[in-house]
Amino acid sequence: MLFIMKRSFDLSKKPRPGESLIEALLFAAGVLSVFVTVAIVFELGKEAMLFFADPDMTWVKFFTMTKWQPGIGQYGIWALVSATMTTSVIAILIALPLGLASAVYLSEYASHRARSILKPVLEILAGIPTVVYGYFALLFVTPILKNIFKDGIQVYNMLSAGLVMGIMILPLIASMSEDALNAVPRSLREGAYAMGATKLETSLQIVLPAALSGIGAAVIVGISRAVGETMIVAVAAGAGPNFSFNPLDAAETMTGHIARISGGDLSYNTIDYTSLFAIALMLFLVTLTLNLVSQWIVNRFRERYE
Amino acid sequence: MEINYAIETNDLSIHYGNFTAVKDVSIKIERQKITAIIGPSGCGKSTLLRAFNRMNDFVPNSRVTGEVLLHGNNLYGRNVDPVEARRRIGMVFQKPNPFPKSIYENIAWGARINGFKGSMDELVEESLRGAALWDEVKDNLKESAYALSGGQQQRLCIARTIAIQPEIILMDEPASALDPISTLRIEELMQELKKNYSIIIVTHNMQQAARASDFTAMMMIDDNRSGGVIEFGETRTLFTRPTDKRTEDYVTGRFG
Repeated sequence: MLFIMKRSFDLSKKPRPGESLIEALLFAAGVLSVFVTVAIVFELGKEAMLFFADPDMTWVKFFTMTKWQPGIGQYGIWALVSATMTTSVIAILIALPLGLASAVYLSEYASHRARSILKPVLEILAGIPTVVYGYFALLFVTPILKNIFKDGIQVYNMLSAGLVMGIMILPLIASMSEDALNAVPRSLREGAYAMGATKLETSLQIVLPAALSGIGAAVIVGISRAVGETMIVAVAAGAGPNFSFNPLDAAETMTGHIARISGGDLSYNTIDYTSLFAIALMLFLVTLTLNLVSQWIVNRFRERYE
Repeated sequence: MEINYAIETNDLSIHYGNFTAVKDVSIKIERQKITAIIGPSGCGKSTLLRAFNRMNDFVPNSRVTGEVLLHGNNLYGRNVDPVEARRRIGMVFQKPNPFPKSIYENIAWGARINGFKGSMDELVEESLRGAALWDEVKDNLKESAYALSGGQQQRLCIARTIAIQPEIILMDEPASALDPISTLRIEELMQELKKNYSIIIVTHNMQQAARASDFTAMMMIDDNRSGGVIEFGETRTLFTRPTDKRTEDYVTGRFG
């Protein structure tokens, strides 16, 4: 006995107001976030243009001088970029290998139990306020470095800030990479094991390359966090632009400089004021370039699985 | 007369926690023959197959009792390295699972980690020929394995398995995800492969077992939902004059 559903044959369109409303709301949310981003870049660009329009400031000075003090005609952005680069490179040198290693451990080696404890802890670490990391760098790491390097190291130094910044982004890289490794289908691991591969060979030569796009994303986010990080470097790296790539020196990063100067009394339409926007624009460009480069690298080397 | 068996099991049972998935299997699988394992869904066919190359090791809480003998050595003996065992017992899975690398690298990788020293180009060609895939891919060895069709991917998986020259090849429903033409090619390939390898195949498809295998093991679950081999013998006999009523019902399509 078949149950026959009574059904009309009317196929004309039915009004569904709920659908349209949700669609409109979702669209508005998308547009808003794009609008805010565009507005920030626009405002940044507008103020920065005033700085770049200053007759005394030339591109040659901007990129070749090694001192930054716009008030007295010194426009060398490298004095700030060098510190940003040095601290970020140290941070990545710490966070990438350690983060990847812990991701591989969590995803491939850890027992279910160990993983269910360690992963949440890792994610809590990522939630520690950066000002805490800053004082951790200054009051804990720096004294240790002082013991090692004695008089060779300054009280405020890029090494301490970079190391702690690496610790800060480590959980981020580990957690995101672990997600990427975990997303690699089990069938690929089984295929490798069935070929007589060891756990290490499977993890490093099959799973890791297959997860490269996700790991790349983790590294991009990590680098962006490092370049944009403000509190740690403001507290521990030094206060005052200094063109130096020596990690033992004190130096001020682009972000640290913006934080310090904008906290003081600044009058509108001075070169000091507009210069902050120029730095911010540079920061934006640096992050953008890093993103593009990393994306290119990832696309070049990733192994695509379906 | 002494027959050299590829694999012998003695009272082999496989447990997951307190549950016994496969119970007391004692069979002798002959060399250079195709042995099919058939039975309804959930009767432990794949579990049994995976016990032959210790793939069940990766399932948490799994435990094996009894013996799996390879050249008289128990695969589950104390000194057995599962990695070494898997190098001698290859496996082809239900869903083609080529590595996300080039066709060439799919074959070269396994050989390399197994310490292959000879000419890699020759090995790749030989293995692809062995899997009846060479003519189709010889001009695009550098392309990703994922560019191949499902049937080609499965033959690539067979090629990478024979590249490490195992003694036994386990196949877990290797054709179930493939169309009839690809299935036929895999079956033809199995007939070629059995000249050099012992093949154990799990299949849902009774025609396939009847067509392609020399021996058949019929599995069925008991009242405790543990799977066991209820009848084992030459495929022709098992399909035409089964001794067990349940086998007869199953192979004649009365259930399952």
